[in-house]
Amino acid sequence: MPTKDEVFEKIQSSLVDALGVEEEEVQPEATLVGDLGAESIDFLDIAFRLEKAFNIKIPQGELFPEDILTDPQYVQDGKVTEAGLAELRKRMPFANLDNFTKNPVVQDLVNLMSVADLCRFVEGKLGVTE
Amino acid sequence: MRWYWIDRFLEFESGRYAKAIKCISLAEEHLHDHFASYPMMPNSLVIEGMAQTGGLLVCEHNQFAEKVILAKVPKARFYCDALPGNTLVYTATLEYIKEEGAMVSCTSYRGETLHAEAEIVFAHLNDARVNSLFDPETFLRMMRLLGAFEVGHAPDGTRLKPPARLLGNSPHSDGNGQKHG
Repeated sequence: MPTKDEVFEKIQSSLVDALGVEEEEVQPEATLVGDLGAESIDFLDIAFRLEKAFNIKIPQGELFPEDILTDPQYVQDGKVTEAGLAELRKRMPFANLDNFTKNPVVQDLVNLMSVADLCRFVEGKLGVTE
Repeated sequence: MRWYWIDRFLEFESGRYAKAIKCISLAEEHLHDHFASYPMMPNSLVIEGMAQTGGLLVCEHNQFAEKVILAKVPKARFYCDALPGNTLVYTATLEYIKEEGAMVSCTSYRGETLHAEAEIVFAHLNDARVNSLFDPETFLRMMRLLGAFEVGHAPDGTRLKPPARLLGNSPHSDGNGQKHG
């Protein structure tokens, strides 16, 4: 079982390879889209590298639940509804959604995902606690 | 000029890897300008050749059911020049294939010398609007032209064949264009 530091180091290395960024740019508070320049196709690449690095499986929609953001049941006028936010909290326990919930514009969700969120996602899948 | 940047498959193991050659000729027009005093194969077209090798590997593994497009090149390194008279051997190895896309790792060898390495990510398009842009038979024709069915093997070791569903409208009944009775 890796430690939290080891999880971060592997994620750092995966993001350097997937996004072509410098290692020092990949800090816990860095956002994938805003700070590291990730685009939608990069999430496929990142998911694969995490699968390989940690020997885990990441089904489509687990890291980033696009299905919620395109479901009229959960989205109205370009914003995620209360029911949608509840679903997001359930599906994304690793993500800090505090800022997003203040003005839940659909397009902003992907911009908020940070390196720390990725670390918590992997820690959750592996059961890392230390 | 046709957009073929490989000349022939040497090996094709479904779902695993494919190996193709690119023969560089001074007769190729793009070499006249790249560069006038030092004709060399443009690295971007080497990547395209690797992408064609790997892209057809992904297409075939999906039984030509997905629209496979080159989405990103996370890594590309070149170690020497490829010049007229050289033959490059591209090998594309399937790293992963998922519902949303696939990745291959590629090498290019000039004889015994490692010429280039690359990683290439492909996306599977599922937008109904692009259906008309990607005719599966186009890729099937390309596989035939490049001889993939002559050298290819399925995972169980049997000879590589086109999917039966694509043979219905085809003038050919097997992978090598041999028409049967």
